[in-house]
Amino acid sequence: MPILDVQNLRVRFETHHGVVRAVDGVSFSLEEGETLGLVGESGSGKSVTNLALMGLIPSPPGVVEADAMRFEDRDLLGLSDAELRSVRGNEISMIFQDPMTSLNPLLTVGRQLTEVLEVHERVSRREARRRAAAGLGDVGIPEPERRLDQYPHELSGGMRQRVMIAMGLLCRPRVLLADEPTTALDVTIQAQILELMQKLQHEYGTAIILVTHDLGVVAGMSDRVNVMYAGRLAETAGAIELFDDPRHPYTRGLLGSVPRLSGDTDADLDSIMGSPPDLADLPAGCAFRPRCTFETERCAAETPPLFDLGGGRSSACLERDALGQHQGGAQ
Amino acid sequence: MSAPLLEVRDLHKHFEVGSPGLFGGQQETLRAVDGVSFELARGETLGLVGESGCGKSTCARTLVGLYPPTSGQVMYEGEEISSLSHRDRAPFRRKIQMIFQDPYASLDPRQTVSSILTEPLRIHRLARPRQRRLRAMQLLDAVGLNPRHIHRFPHEFSGGQRQRIGIARALALEPDLIICDEPVSALDVSIQAQVVNLLGELQERFDLAYLFIAHDLAVVRHICDRVAVMYLGKVVELAERDALFDDPRHPYTRALLSAVPHPDPRIERGRERIVLEGDVPSPLDPPTGCRFHPRCVERGEVPDNRCVTVAPELGSRSACHLPGQA
Ligand SMILES: Nc1ncnc2c1ncn2[C@@H]1O[C@H](COP(=O)(O)OP(=O)(O)O)[C@@H](O)[C@H]1O
Ligand SMILES: Nc1ncnc2c1ncn2[C@@H]1O[C@H](COP(=O)(O)OP(=O)(O)O)[C@@H](O)[C@H]1O
Ligand SMILES: [Mg+2]
Ligand SMILES: [Mg+2]
Repeated sequence: MPILDVQNLRVRFETHHGVVRAVDGVSFSLEEGETLGLVGESGSGKSVTNLALMGLIPSPPGVVEADAMRFEDRDLLGLSDAELRSVRGNEISMIFQDPMTSLNPLLTVGRQLTEVLEVHERVSRREARRRAAAGLGDVGIPEPERRLDQYPHELSGGMRQRVMIAMGLLCRPRVLLADEPTTALDVTIQAQILELMQKLQHEYGTAIILVTHDLGVVAGMSDRVNVMYAGRLAETAGAIELFDDPRHPYTRGLLGSVPRLSGDTDADLDSIMGSPPDLADLPAGCAFRPRCTFETERCAAETPPLFDLGGGRSSACLERDALGQHQGGAQ
Repeated sequence: MSAPLLEVRDLHKHFEVGSPGLFGGQQETLRAVDGVSFELARGETLGLVGESGCGKSTCARTLVGLYPPTSGQVMYEGEEISSLSHRDRAPFRRKIQMIFQDPYASLDPRQTVSSILTEPLRIHRLARPRQRRLRAMQLLDAVGLNPRHIHRFPHEFSGGQRQRIGIARALALEPDLIICDEPVSALDVSIQAQVVNLLGELQERFDLAYLFIAHDLAVVRHICDRVAVMYLGKVVELAERDALFDDPRHPYTRALLSAVPHPDPRIERGRERIVLEGDVPSPLDPPTGCRFHPRCVERGEVPDNRCVTVAPELGSRSACHLPGQA
């Protein structure tokens, strides 16, 4: 049984400009110990998907609906606020791109960490402090005892990010939602943190949803990848299959846009023309159509569902088969 | 042989900063740029890379005259410009323009695109008032935006389009050199690729030189002719692009390159990486000898503790005591 199972998740925001369908019918599941990469341009609904899983979509303006949203054998949609609080930060935890959104600037690092433990595990202060220091040590923070008495602003960006990761992992969650956890960091610090996440996953069997726009990070970390476009899944596949043989023109465009450290570095990049659509005013048919080079007449007439291609792959493209025969365009 | 377009000689930029927790306003010296030298030819792109806090932006700002240098020289076509008065510097300001990482923060939200693009022409008394608007429309066209959108405000454009406006503004004065400080770092890869391609196209068309600051090394490999690697205020390696990427000589360059994830699961999984420990130390109190020595995994190969006691000079390739690497 998957640890997380989401069927037909829909999240909309009712704004002055109209209804924004930030997530529009997304289904996926996550196995224990697995890493699922989640990629797509800004505004495609990645963070909203994670926030919905955490029960953190503000309402109003947000409305969350799903046919199912199960964590183990519990229905996340049916939980009371109190039950949700006990799952959140404990069994499912989230780390954000900007550590200051989840660290309280007025509390010491130690206080924020021990609070998590006191709330969820009712341990004594002294025991909480011991475990907090150990948690900081686990994420490679030197002199953890001393750091416990510091405030977030006294730490460098890389240190703060590690504190937040330590906080996210303190209760050894079954599921970690990591939303651009290394985007604001230098590659050197990113490498430290990714290595750490993998080590912890190995030790505790944590399942991870990793949101990132860095396809290199996705390649190194993910078992499977979901590609999102305008609130829907464009493609889902095992990581190797996705990079070897993308079956959606959007995935292909993303892969072609990435500059590489080796190979032909003088040719122009294959950028995707235009920019992502306004979610309150989507084009008819396939939302990617205005930017697509494989467009046919049918693409304007019908919104493609996610077609099962077998082998754990699916693509929401009417021209998916033609695409499969065209090898090499994105490389 | 004619002088290079830009020559930077032993540039230093230090900041005097008050140290927290001390009475009597005690000052400490922060060595943000601490002896940087390089040349840049017309039409060439020099990359400037290194972790955050290494002094890249300070270097850029000192070159365009936003900060006076603490010492050292900036020569433009052989003429020393960093010691000129604000007024005498005006003609050179035109020739060296800058674009920034956050196009939103660098564009006045209350100005229309038209006034953003005509303002530099007005200040420098270029073109007659009536021609300025035409020129602004040509600039929009050159950067791939619709000239009819000239009366719109910055918030009516997407992030990538705003960066194009920033580029159009930099082009307005027909510069020879554009200093690009992380111009694509905030953009999605798809949009980043559009802007990278545009910069390449404009370079050919207007014979521009770029000093291109970035932390994405793959982007740097894509558009630079040569690359300088900075660490704690100093250049630790400077080389032709392919030499630097294919045969990095400084252990810091090797570590930086090794940290870049490859967008290919077959390569990326199980690849041996050099993982650097810790953060860049404080430029208020940089390490003795080679500034990189506390994080260097290769320094055991250098005898006599030289890395801790002697600062290495930048040789033909790098500033390192390891045999054969300089
Ligand atoms: N609280 C909110 N109110 C209105 N719209 C929102 C809200 N939160 C997110 N959105 C919209 O939902 C869409 C998806 O956003 P998000 O999930 O943050 O994208 P990303 O893929 O970049 O993480 C965006 O168009 C965003 O503007
Ligand atoms: N105006 C300033 N006053 C004091 N310190 C500064 C100032 N600008 C930058 N610094 C410091 O100089 C060092 C180099 O910063 P910067 O040039 O921004 O690095 P980079 O662009 O490589 O990230 C940093 O330690 C930074 O805190
Ligand atoms: Mg997001
Ligand atoms: Mg900078």
